[in-house]
Amino acid sequence: MVSENTGLETLQDIRKMMERSSRFISLSGWSGVAAGTSALAGAFFARKAIADYYHNYDAGGAGCADCLAQTLIRIAVIVFITALVSAFLFTWFRSRREGVAFWGSAARRLLWNTAIPMAAGGVLVLRLISLKMYLLIGPVSMIFYGLALINGSRYTLGEVRYLGYSFLILGLISTWFPGETLYFWAFSFGILHIIYGISMWWKYERIPVRVIS
Amino acid sequence: MKNPIEHLNKVFDSRIRLGIMSALMVNESVNFNELKELIDATDGNLATHLKTLEEHHFIKVQKGFIGRKTNTVYSVTKAGEKAFKIHLEALEKMIRSIG
Repeated sequence: MVSENTGLETLQDIRKMMERSSRFISLSGWSGVAAGTSALAGAFFARKAIADYYHNYDAGGAGCADCLAQTLIRIAVIVFITALVSAFLFTWFRSRREGVAFWGSAARRLLWNTAIPMAAGGVLVLRLISLKMYLLIGPVSMIFYGLALINGSRYTLGEVRYLGYSFLILGLISTWFPGETLYFWAFSFGILHIIYGISMWWKYERIPVRVIS
Repeated sequence: MKNPIEHLNKVFDSRIRLGIMSALMVNESVNFNELKELIDATDGNLATHLKTLEEHHFIKVQKGFIGRKTNTVYSVTKAGEKAFKIHLEALEKMIRSIG
């Protein structure tokens, strides 16, 4: 005789199996916090570099716009690598702690589906740099990152989708405020990542879970 | 009222077979090792249950190679999808009728 409990348990088993086999759920909240922190640090240095440039310029010195662009690109590359490496590490630690596989078809699909919009955005940003259309770099990076998150959200924690929407909307709005791009950028890549990271940590990692199998 | 339990499929009575079907329902295909890791069963045990599902034509098997290693990939058939959905609906009805 099948009792109420086994029926319910069976349904829960099915749901768990569907989630575990199709989504990469080890994504750590700390990854978001780390990415956000490096973005904020990068934005701080970028702001300083820009301020120095205008200070020099106003003082009558010959401003070297190409030097400024190079400094900013260097900062951006360092931020991107730091964020990527730390995000990877925290997620790797989490999957080890919880004893779930890090690399599987779910991780592969997540990576592939976020990589496509990211790569397209990356190429576009490089092209904008070579065309010296610097004003559009900030919005384009936000918009494409947002699209990457929305696309990838089907393969990881569903909340990533809302982070993606926020990036997309902020990226579009920022095109109306070309002078404030850096602030939009710092808010989205910095603050939003940190808020997202902390709330995901609070929701999923605060109480350590043992994966029941 | 019809008894919903009669729609419950005996084939899906085992936790491992249920696990296999759940994983295959949401993935185009899953290979043997991934299933083993997801369900946490031994090779022999998993293989037996996969065989049962295959005999009922609920799943299809594709044997291939990655380099020299065999790579057996499983996916759900139309019949399997239908049977599993009926089973789920029966489960749902059963729980509703009690609650």
